[in-house]
Amino acid sequence: MSPGSMVRGYLPRRHLTRLRLPLAGQGLATARQQDLLTAVLFLLPSVLVFGVFTHFGLMYNLYISLTNWKFSGAAYRWVGLENYDKFFSSNAFAVVFHNTAYYSIVTVIAALILGLALALLLNRPLRGRAFARTFLFAPYVTTLSAAAMLWLWLYEPRFGLVNIILGWVGITGPDWMGSAQWAMPGLILMNVWRTAGYNMVIYLAGLQSIPEEIVEAATIDGANSWQVFSRITLPLLSPTTFFLIVTGIIASFKVFTAVAVMTQGGPLDSTQVFTYFIYQQGFMFFRAGYAATVSTVFFVLLLLLTLAQLRLQRHWVHY
Amino acid sequence: MALATTSRSTRKGLDLLGHALMALATLLIVMPLVWMVLTAFKSADELFLMPPRWLPAAPKWSNFMEAWRALPMARFYFNTALVATAVMLLQLVNGALCAYVFARIKFFGSNLLFLAFLSVMMIPNQVTIIPAYVVLSKLDWIDTYWALIIPHLSSVFAIFLYRQAFLGIPRELLDAAVVDGAGHVRLLFQIMLPLVRPVTATLAVLTFTWQWNEYFWPLIVTNSMRMRTLPVGLVFLRAQENLWGNWHVLMAGTLLVLAPILVLFLIAQKQFVLSAARSGLTGM
Repeated sequence: MSPGSMVRGYLPRRHLTRLRLPLAGQGLATARQQDLLTAVLFLLPSVLVFGVFTHFGLMYNLYISLTNWKFSGAAYRWVGLENYDKFFSSNAFAVVFHNTAYYSIVTVIAALILGLALALLLNRPLRGRAFARTFLFAPYVTTLSAAAMLWLWLYEPRFGLVNIILGWVGITGPDWMGSAQWAMPGLILMNVWRTAGYNMVIYLAGLQSIPEEIVEAATIDGANSWQVFSRITLPLLSPTTFFLIVTGIIASFKVFTAVAVMTQGGPLDSTQVFTYFIYQQGFMFFRAGYAATVSTVFFVLLLLLTLAQLRLQRHWVHY
Repeated sequence: MALATTSRSTRKGLDLLGHALMALATLLIVMPLVWMVLTAFKSADELFLMPPRWLPAAPKWSNFMEAWRALPMARFYFNTALVATAVMLLQLVNGALCAYVFARIKFFGSNLLFLAFLSVMMIPNQVTIIPAYVVLSKLDWIDTYWALIIPHLSSVFAIFLYRQAFLGIPRELLDAAVVDGAGHVRLLFQIMLPLVRPVTATLAVLTFTWQWNEYFWPLIVTNSMRMRTLPVGLVFLRAQENLWGNWHVLMAGTLLVLAPILVLFLIAQKQFVLSAARSGLTGM
């Protein structure tokens, strides 16, 4: 055995960073240098991919948004903030923002309430609740485009399940996907179907982390079920609620597949959301510059949302 | 709950109500999926009956054959399975490698780099898709497996989960291994990774599913039927001339696409559900 390997075998590396050790094929190197080489090698693929496709992409996208590039080899020029001006002064930003916000807020609140209700229900020792939990969660893992196809069939005006069920209670259902008024609610309903189970599972975990003693102490002190719920359970669940709202809004802001498969932004732009608008402008009309503009605004919005909610967290989480 | 003071009959009543509500909720949520399966086996005339018939008179397996042949479904399956598996493996490996560095090796700027990695999660696909498309087409990777796989070879989610898991391994264990002469590679692959098997299982299931379900990315970077994936290809089914409004065939096709993931979900439910619960608690 060489002196180097004998030393390596008996002493912890950390204390011997200056000791020169043989590194296979590289000549002598310190343990510290080995550490750094390892770090570089291990991180390299990820750094390359993230750097190119995300960070560089972000900056390149910003650059493109300041041009009027149309994806072709033809000459394009710098137009400064012209695209941004067009986006905000025309109706486009207002419509897209309104639709996306409408979709996000309603879908998150509805799924939140439903998820909480289901979690409270399933928190009791009911037989078969493991099955229920599985089935309630299942929609969340379904392939979105397949679920979208399914719901297109469900929303069929005369023979789709939704209108059939509405018919049982005497309501004539609308032409969901064909109506400017009902297309968005239709998309919202589908998303609530998908995410209620997910919210439920997260709330269940939160409920189970509430100490029994607190609930028992309150009950002994004479609190009824409603008081226990509103004064103890709900406040103790506020971190969970907060988490679900934050992630929920950010996730639903990015809605794309449902719109692309089911409504394509229509009818009459009633479901035109940020992501679909970007896709349409960029990959259907080839207005790369304009699409890049919209996506930059989109990114800034998401960033603001994240920051705002991180700031509000301190006020919101209270117990 | 004030169980000590409620009478037995009230408790029984509440219990019954609870069971009934749970059954109703489950039924409502599951009904769309059940309806899809039933429709997939019906014949065309059975679809448009009023009042609606629930069960088909005789299961029409030919719907599946029709859906399968209308589009290169086998090709879609192959593409999707290949890409999902490749991406899963790459994300697991890169996740573990990066997490190892962030958990064990401190160097100048490592915290900043970690933040830079985390920031990737905040930048949605749509913002970087145009530049990504440009890069991919310059590399001539458009409409190839490279474009589907390489940009996704690392996942910040995987790095984050692995790093947390690695930080939870007792130091003495790792120090002992180092004293015994373990280098970085041995330490990671022979000691640390085996200790975090549940995390690997969870990540494998989740990343595979997410990649299988990807719609936006394959939609943009592939443009030939030969290279498309299942989620994207399925939508083309509806555009087929003879299939418009033929919901029985369309539902058969949809079922063919959904089935693998649903089966995976039933087998590995714990991974899906637990990971949701866990991520909720860590606030991720």
